[in-house]
Parts: sequence; C-alpha cells; structure tokens
Amino acid sequence: MHELSIVMSIIRIAETESAKNNAIKVEEIELDIGALSGIEMTAFDFAWQQAVRATLLEHSKRKINHIPGEGQCMDCAALFPMQQLYEPCPVCGEHFVSVQKGKELRVKSLVVN
Amino acid sequence: MCATCGCDANASSSIRQFGENHPHPHDHDHSHDHTHSKTIIEVEKDVLYENNLLAQRNRGYFEAKNILALNLVSSPGSGKTSLLERTLTDLKDQFTCYVIEGDQQTSRDADRIHATGTRVAQINTGKGCHLDAHMILHAVQGMKPAENSILFIENVGNLVCPAMFDLGEKERVVIISVTEGDDKPIKYPDMFHTSTLCIINKIDLLPYVPFSMDKVKEHARQVNPTLSFLEVSCTSGEGLPAWYQWLKEKIQVPEQV
Repeated sequence: MHELSIVMSIIRIAETESAKNNAIKVEEIELDIGALSGIEMTAFDFAWQQAVRATLLEHSKRKINHIPGEGQCMDCAALFPMQQLYEPCPVCGEHFVSVQKGKELRVKSLVVN
Repeated sequence: MCATCGCDANASSSIRQFGENHPHPHDHDHSHDHTHSKTIIEVEKDVLYENNLLAQRNRGYFEAKNILALNLVSSPGSGKTSLLERTLTDLKDQFTCYVIEGDQQTSRDADRIHATGTRVAQINTGKGCHLDAHMILHAVQGMKPAENSILFIENVGNLVCPAMFDLGEKERVVIISVTEGDDKPIKYPDMFHTSTLCIINKIDLLPYVPFSMDKVKEHARQVNPTLSFLEVSCTSGEGLPAWYQWLKEKIQVPEQV
C-alpha cells in the first residue's frame, strides 16, 4: 500500500502550490500516471478517497492521464508498446530494453481559485 | 515534513492567468459583464520529488564521507538480517559498519545486530510498508557514521513498495532465498529492475527444494539484463567470500601512504 504515501505526497504538493498562489480551493487536479510507474489504480483510488478528506483536494475534480508504457530496444533501436518490464523486444527478442514512457508519476497542473 | 530537511523547495512552476470577460445574459431586461477568475498552476512536479531531493541530499553526504550505503531489499524471511549478522561478525576487524533496520514493529532485528557489536538504529514504520529518504536522513543524523565505512540499510521486508523510494543508497541489493519461487523476479519485476546486485540465499537448502538456479537468473535478466548475482548460504558460509570481495571492491578505502 505505498499508494497511500503517494496520495499524501500529492496532497502536500497541492497544498504547497495553492498556498504559494494564495488559493483557497482546488477545483481540479491533473495527474500523469504511467502504466509502469508501480501504481495499482484500485489501491490508489481507495487511498485517495480516504486521504483527501478535510484537505484542499476533498471536492476537487481529478483528471488522470494514463500514460502507456513504451520501450526502446538497446540492440536494434525498435520502439514498441510495453505492458511489463520483463517483455523482450518484439523485433529482435533481446531484453536490453530502455523504458521510454510509462514511468511518469507527476502532478501536472492545478486549477485553483 | 520537518523544518530541518529543506523539503520546502521552491521548485519552479509557471502560472498562467486567465479571466473571462463575456456578456452574460440574465433573465431580466439588461445584460452586464462578469469576471470569472481562475488560476491554472502548471505544477509539472514529480510526486516523489520531496523524497528524491532528500535522497540526493543523503547521497551527497555519503559520497563526501566515502560511506558505502547499501539498500537491502527482499520479501520477509529471505535472510536479510542473518546475512547481516554473519557479515558484520566476519568483517568486524576490516571495516567500520553501521546498520539501519526498518521494520513495521519491534526492535528484534536491531537487537540481533546490536549483539554483533555494531552500531545500529531501528526505524519502526508503524503501518508503513517501506523506508523513505526522510527516515534515513534522521537516522543518519543520530548515528553520525564515520568516514570510509559501510552503512547497511535493511529495508522493510516487502518486494513491492520499497522499489519506488530512493534512499540515497549507492547500490540496491535484492535478496531472494531458494525457498521462494524461482519466478519471483517476473512476479515482482520493479524490485529486480531497480537493483544492481541479486544475492541468492540459503543455497544449502537447494537439494530439498524445487528451485532452479538457471531459471531464477533467466527470469531476473529478463527484467534487468545488467543484474549481477551472488549465491550464498549464511548457514554453511558458502559463497560469502565472494560477497565480502564485492563489498571490498565497492568501498574503495583510500590506502594509507
């Protein structure tokens, strides 16, 4: 359940950024969550519901950009969609793969007033 | 987080203001302008940036003092503490070692380490499932490890959550025992993906368990082709010299001239 720590970090970022802008309410929060970031969305949603209570994010609209995994083969340079970290390159079968996308775990933007 | 950590970072974020001025018809016989003002904050901040900042701070401290900080991760019961007990006893006269123990509850592991005569700090995470850089910062502040030493950080027994949290270590060492399945590296790929060394423990039990050394390495290399392996038994002592050699190569204590 590291998802709870992740949600707590998101709340802290939202509070810090809102305070810097003298905002009292977060209307919307936009997050980037990659498919290979290690976040289990069911656990994340559960942690979110519990953790945002009585915070600035309690009534915020949450927008999540799910970013699919993409790998690049270090041998043949092929780019390919990646669901799991142990997938070989579909072109040459090698495992020397560098993750290009899907590791994202970011607070992208806030809409405050 | 506390005031001493420098976590209140002013990371750059740009602000885009926009207001709407538009005619707004009402159900009465005149119209007038309203201003609706919202602010969009382009945060673009990694969720773990606080942890990562503190981890880099720890890393800088370790590098400056030539402290070899190792993050030992595994599932519960794979023998992290036993490996440490044996290592600390065997290397007592060669290196100054320190240990940070992470467990949800009790100081049982710290007691075992303390019995070897090693300076140890116990972190109890309560309900938490991993150590983070902030906990390490404070443990190290209390411990004040000497230069040219080894700091073993025994993470909470958990093959999932600790993978995401950089502590500032130089190397991440994942430990697996032969009594676990040889398919563990692909069942818990994140941990094997982020580690540099894999220690396969309890090899004295190999004759009794259906565990294939080739298969476990093959699975682990699928996740991380650059992972190195050491096969050891803390009970028989087999393979431990190679582990000690690995430590010696990593610590690189400057020779006295």
